[in-house]
Amino acid sequence: MSNMQNEWPLWEVFVRSKAGLDHKHCGSLHAADSAMAVQMARDVYTRRQEGTSIWVVRSEQIVASDPAEKGSLFEPADDKVYRHPTFYELPEELNHM
Amino acid sequence: MDSKLNYVLQLADTCLIHSQRLSEWAGHAPVLEEDLALSNIALDLLGQARALLTHAGQIEGAGRDEDRLAFLREERDYRNIVLVELPNAAASPSDGGGGRDFALTMLRNAAVSIWLELLYERLQASGDAELAGIAAKSLKEVRYHRQHSCDWVVRLGDGTGESQARMQAALGVLWPYFNELFAAGGVDGVGPAWSELEPEWRARWAALMQEATLTPPRDSAMQSRGIDGIHSEHMGHMLGTMQFLQRTYPGGVW
Amino acid sequence: MYTQAMDLMAREAKPKVVKSAEELAREEAFEARITAGDFIEAKDWMPDHYRKTLVRQISQHAHSEIVGMLPEGNWITRAPTLKRKAILLAKVQDEGGHGLYLYAAAETLGTSRDEMTEALLSGKAKYSSIFNYPTLTWADIGVIGWLVDGAAIMNQVPLCRCSYAPYARAMIRVCREESFHQRQGYESLLTMMTHGTEQQKAMVQDAVNRWWWPSLMMFGPADKDSPNSEQSMRWGIKRVTNDQLRQKFVDATIPQADILGVTVPDPALKWNAERDSYDFGDIDWAEFWRVVGGEGPCNRERLAARNKAWDDGAWVRDAALAHARKQATKAQAA
Repeated sequence: MSNMQNEWPLWEVFVRSKAGLDHKHCGSLHAADSAMAVQMARDVYTRRQEGTSIWVVRSEQIVASDPAEKGSLFEPADDKVYRHPTFYELPEELNHM
Repeated sequence: MDSKLNYVLQLADTCLIHSQRLSEWAGHAPVLEEDLALSNIALDLLGQARALLTHAGQIEGAGRDEDRLAFLREERDYRNIVLVELPNAAASPSDGGGGRDFALTMLRNAAVSIWLELLYERLQASGDAELAGIAAKSLKEVRYHRQHSCDWVVRLGDGTGESQARMQAALGVLWPYFNELFAAGGVDGVGPAWSELEPEWRARWAALMQEATLTPPRDSAMQSRGIDGIHSEHMGHMLGTMQFLQRTYPGGVW
Repeated sequence: MYTQAMDLMAREAKPKVVKSAEELAREEAFEARITAGDFIEAKDWMPDHYRKTLVRQISQHAHSEIVGMLPEGNWITRAPTLKRKAILLAKVQDEGGHGLYLYAAAETLGTSRDEMTEALLSGKAKYSSIFNYPTLTWADIGVIGWLVDGAAIMNQVPLCRCSYAPYARAMIRVCREESFHQRQGYESLLTMMTHGTEQQKAMVQDAVNRWWWPSLMMFGPADKDSPNSEQSMRWGIKRVTNDQLRQKFVDATIPQADILGVTVPDPALKWNAERDSYDFGDIDWAEFWRVVGGEGPCNRERLAARNKAWDDGAWVRDAALAHARKQATKAQAA
């Protein structure tokens, strides 16, 4: 049985579909190198939707925010209502802005 | 046989039989991700075979559809190259067969996909509009197959000592059958003689062998003739499996 | 496809650990989140037992998809038409893909693909026992699509709301693809029953006779024999009980059988107007436990096939890694 050191590295896959503007995280897969990772991502995650772009990133390279810090990272934005377009009242004619 | 029909069948049957061999890998690949890749290639080739067989049936004008052609011909009427009917692992039929050798499969995929890419590129200009359309669509698919299989040939040729030895052995098995890739004649207004593909195929193959640190075997004078309906001993067993249901339940509707 | 193993490993005793006050408080807060309908993500705090239960369930679900490729893959080279061949190839490919999504979801919990593979190949991990039955005729393929995928869908739809978000997201993807599988299987049977020869019709009925009871077994032990389901329900891992799902499946499937013109091999099957549901006969629990315990018709063969694929593929995996390392070294030297 193979030991851990011989396992192919894990990659995270992000796909932008034809209709989309952003790359969305789809899942992960194991590949030995980046060319293989892109090809596999295409085979695994774009079988049905028409993908136009694939990003693959080694999982170990992703830096994620700490869920325990959710409060300090995200809540201060809650009370800054002037950032939201609905805060500003414009004459009705301009409401589509 | 009508030369145009013959030309289309040589291509159609090659795709059909190659797909059949590749589909034997489903659930048995070295890693799950490759199960998907190989099934994907098998599906693409099956789609190409279906389009080409349907077109062949129309050319023939005897009312045979893709299934009548795929499942009810006699062995001597199939026109695929022998290379694609070889089992996935080197064995003689009396050994029982059924083996799977990833080295052999990747080398064969590389050889056939490079060849199909060159052939479909030229067929896009065919005077037969239907054939030209099939070629244009199929070209996108085989480009991906070629990328996938050539990447693997390099990985396995220039991987470990063991992988290189296995690749070298598989290359020895397949090498004599590559000659048939250039054997079929052309048909005016339909498609080029396969010999036109040889210089470029040989050049690409040599470059691939170099990158993969593999040594091509000595040239072989063997001329397999699957394109004329003279197959290897493997073909009968494969057809026995493939045709079994249609032969056992004549008139069945599936 | 679903594994009914969740109830089986839930039978194991929970580890007796003395918990600190802080730990207990965290667990309470965790359960409050679940009750409030919150989803748990990979980096969130979770009780150890929640993590272990999910690793086991998700990985065994993944194993089921992979092993499930074998009984169906058995018929790809013999499919009766090119269209059916293409459909079956696509279906088996989908199952491999589902296994991949699920392994990926399990890995977010701290296990690795190799660890999970080792567990499957050594026989330690379970997979849905339905795949330990042989596919003997082409009609089996249609019946698997109709009954086995049908049962799997019934198990899987509630999992789309599983409290563990990566699993829920994987299940949404899986469910979207799965409905094509069931429809194609049923359509294949309908074609044979409507337009096929007498021999084909007999083939279909024979396949139903062999796969009916194993399909009902996919929903796991009876509720009264699943005492630890309660914890999984509280944690939002399990949303509906085994018996409830099994009844739902029977009620949905019998009308479909009527349309096909096949019977199911259950003399006790009877519409119960009071319950607005079908009464059905008892499952042979001895057979259920026998197959789950490794003594079904194909258990050994399935594991042997997976072991062979893994062992035969070792040189390939090693070569790919060796090549990648060589390339990396060259790139650094450049």
